[in-house]
Amino acid sequence: MSEENRKIAFICSKGDLDMVYPALVMGWAALGNGIDVTIFFTFWGMDMIRELRVDHLEIAPVANTSMKMSMMGVDTGNLGIPNIMGILPGMTAFATKLMKDKMDGLEIPPVREYLEMLVDAGAELYACKMSVDMFDLKKDDFIEGVIDIVTAGDFMDMTEGAQIVFI
Amino acid sequence: MSTKEIAGKTVDVNEEGFLTNPNEWDKDIAAAIAVEEGIPELTADHWQVIDYCREVGLESGSAPTLRNITQGAGVPTKQLFSLFPKGPAKKVAKISGLGKPEGCV
Repeated sequence: MSEENRKIAFICSKGDLDMVYPALVMGWAALGNGIDVTIFFTFWGMDMIRELRVDHLEIAPVANTSMKMSMMGVDTGNLGIPNIMGILPGMTAFATKLMKDKMDGLEIPPVREYLEMLVDAGAELYACKMSVDMFDLKKDDFIEGVIDIVTAGDFMDMTEGAQIVFI
Repeated sequence: MSTKEIAGKTVDVNEEGFLTNPNEWDKDIAAAIAVEEGIPELTADHWQVIDYCREVGLESGSAPTLRNITQGAGVPTKQLFSLFPKGPAKKVAKISGLGKPEGCV
């Protein structure tokens, strides 16, 4: 088996609760199948690895055309949650709670624990230098397991031959 | 569906080499599949994982996912990945004589 191992790299650019899971789920599946995983966190995606933010990610019902009333347990078919309702105080917290409860029921781990699993399984986590500078962050602001703050060029070097997924 | 001779016994396997009848499995078959998968010797730590998978697999009808294993067998993720390097999800299920795990976590 001299051929090089398959590699996959995820670029996480979003911090909404629904948008942070794709890389976690696919990354975990990749590691389970023996594929090397690198994850690069940029812009809002850095919320996933910020100590201050990781346990407080949310999903907003405003301008989300896929979020229908049926998700709240009301069988109304294609009827959406009206944007005007979505702007009411507490609606984002409410939608977030619905999603978290649903995930708990399916035994899907919270983001912090998922990232720990990925790191323990060998995934490499990096933060984007330009975003770190824009947000006035430093390495201490990130959860354990983030290896370094790297430039876009560094990321290109370290993902040579990898399949890259932008989220 | 085809058959394959593993550790001197003829067993039913699918196209990926997973046993299709978990009752045809025994410890010699597990050891032989492990060697094919790059694990020369199954230690007590390996067996802790395999025994757990057999127990869950025979009861539920499908192989446990990696997170089921870490939570249920009390084997930390790091250890699971070092016991069954390069793709524990399929390796553990195959060595345990079960199908591929059904589930994403």
